[in-house]
Amino acid sequence: MTAAIELERASLRVGGRDVLAGVSFAIRPGEFIGVLGPNGAGKTTLLRAVLGLLPPSAGTVRVLGRAPRRGDASIGYLPQVRTVLPDVRLRGVDFIAASLNGERWGLPSLTRADRHAIDATLDLVGARALGRRPLADMSGGERQRLLLAQALIGNPRLLLLDEPLIGLDARHQEIAINVVAEACRKRGITVLFSAHELNQLIGTLDRVLYLGNGRAALGTVDEVITAPVLSALYGTDIHVVRAEGHIFVMSRGRDVEHVDHQHDHEHGHQH
Amino acid sequence: MNTAISTDMFQYEFMTNAFAAAGIAALVSGVVGFFLVMRAQTFAGHALSHIGFAGATGAGLLGLAPIWGLTGFSLAAGVVMGLLSERISNRDVAIGVVLALALGFGLLFLHYHTAFATQATALLFGNVLAVDRTMIMTLAAFAIITLVVLAAIMRPLIFASLQPELAEAKGVPLRVVSTVFLAVVALAVSQCAQIVGVLLVFTLMVGPPAAAQRLTSGLWSGLSLAAALAVGEAWLGLTLAFYTDWPVSFCIALLSGAGYFAALTAPTLRARPAVLEHEA
Repeated sequence: MTAAIELERASLRVGGRDVLAGVSFAIRPGEFIGVLGPNGAGKTTLLRAVLGLLPPSAGTVRVLGRAPRRGDASIGYLPQVRTVLPDVRLRGVDFIAASLNGERWGLPSLTRADRHAIDATLDLVGARALGRRPLADMSGGERQRLLLAQALIGNPRLLLLDEPLIGLDARHQEIAINVVAEACRKRGITVLFSAHELNQLIGTLDRVLYLGNGRAALGTVDEVITAPVLSALYGTDIHVVRAEGHIFVMSRGRDVEHVDHQHDHEHGHQH
Repeated sequence: MNTAISTDMFQYEFMTNAFAAAGIAALVSGVVGFFLVMRAQTFAGHALSHIGFAGATGAGLLGLAPIWGLTGFSLAAGVVMGLLSERISNRDVAIGVVLALALGFGLLFLHYHTAFATQATALLFGNVLAVDRTMIMTLAAFAIITLVVLAAIMRPLIFASLQPELAEAKGVPLRVVSTVFLAVVALAVSQCAQIVGVLLVFTLMVGPPAAAQRLTSGLWSGLSLAAALAVGEAWLGLTLAFYTDWPVSFCIALLSGAGYFAALTAPTLRARPAVLEHEA
């Protein structure tokens, strides 16, 4: 069986620095992969390489059996950096519509089938009402749901979601994870889901891809989330603490996932 | 303008010419301006018109018609600005420096071509009442080119404006799209400047589209309203100028400002559903 994504001794270089150096792994079709790792470990860089936006500086990257190419219609993508134009008062549906065949020249047009596809996917993420509202009136979390809906349109075989949970409240985080997991299982879509917290994904993901220190570890939670593996990836002594089904990755008594993302953590306490 | 002879403004050829020219330029300005406002690139439009001023004075020095210098300079500047940066980002400093440089050259050209000084006012503030048939034909040709090119890139342009990161991944050539768009803006600016002058291109290129985007939330409705407002304000401005004897560009600027501020207050009058979702 051809791997959905396969890296062979691949190096990815950004700004003169090898973010990933000589990394090899293979992701099977239909797998739900949680992509984790400290900030700057190369989560976004890896996704850009899969999208064909960043050629490897060494080794090979293969996506769905071939070299990555820009504009691959079989890949659904939710970028991490999302440009927000504060004054754009376009409706949610028009926003999504702009991305359908948006790479083609000429005037924008929308077929009946396009409209159905947009409505169906909005329903899927529980965002039908958002489609009628102007973008400028939406909160960050609402925009996020719109973007997730957009990434699911067009029956992608591979879904690349870069930090899709940022800005969502707990309820919508759960909805987002469930929607993606269902799409993964029912439609056999391979999912790369980057996040900075492992625990929310534990019940859903098939395997973890943990990046750090220019290296990558792919395996089940039990294989990867261990003191020796993570110590190598973080380049410092890591302890893994398990408590009531949760896993905490600690360095010198501090939870590294939460130290990295202090801001998000503080937000979580405002309930 | 002397209104003692007749109060029917269309009896005068200069008025029918002015209506035709203003209509063409305003239509293009409204449509192109819609995307300029959507992309938050209005400062680039402003800069292109001022750079065009330097070109127009330079053309005067060479004995060419100002419109060719204006178009040539702003077109070149638009292409360079587009090639320099592919993403919508804060390039205001770079644009500002180029803009100041261009205005400096404009002054230098004026310095060596003093006879041109009277025309300079027309360039800066517009002189639509002096438009002749040749100019109308030139404007019409420019308008067709501008709108055809815009139509050709409209789909990727909207995608790249709203979601540049995704558009890049989906294979939209961001740099090409942004460069061609700035060339389109340069063409629109040079048409608009013939009507209201380089200092007041915002009256037709930003005021009407900004008002339209406040009032509508659809793509085609917004585009149509932007074009309609621009043409309406230009024609109403001409009419107002005819009967009051105020400068045309002032009247258009007045209506453009009034239209925008009216649109700003409009949404607060409309009852909006209070949708409050708590974010974590």
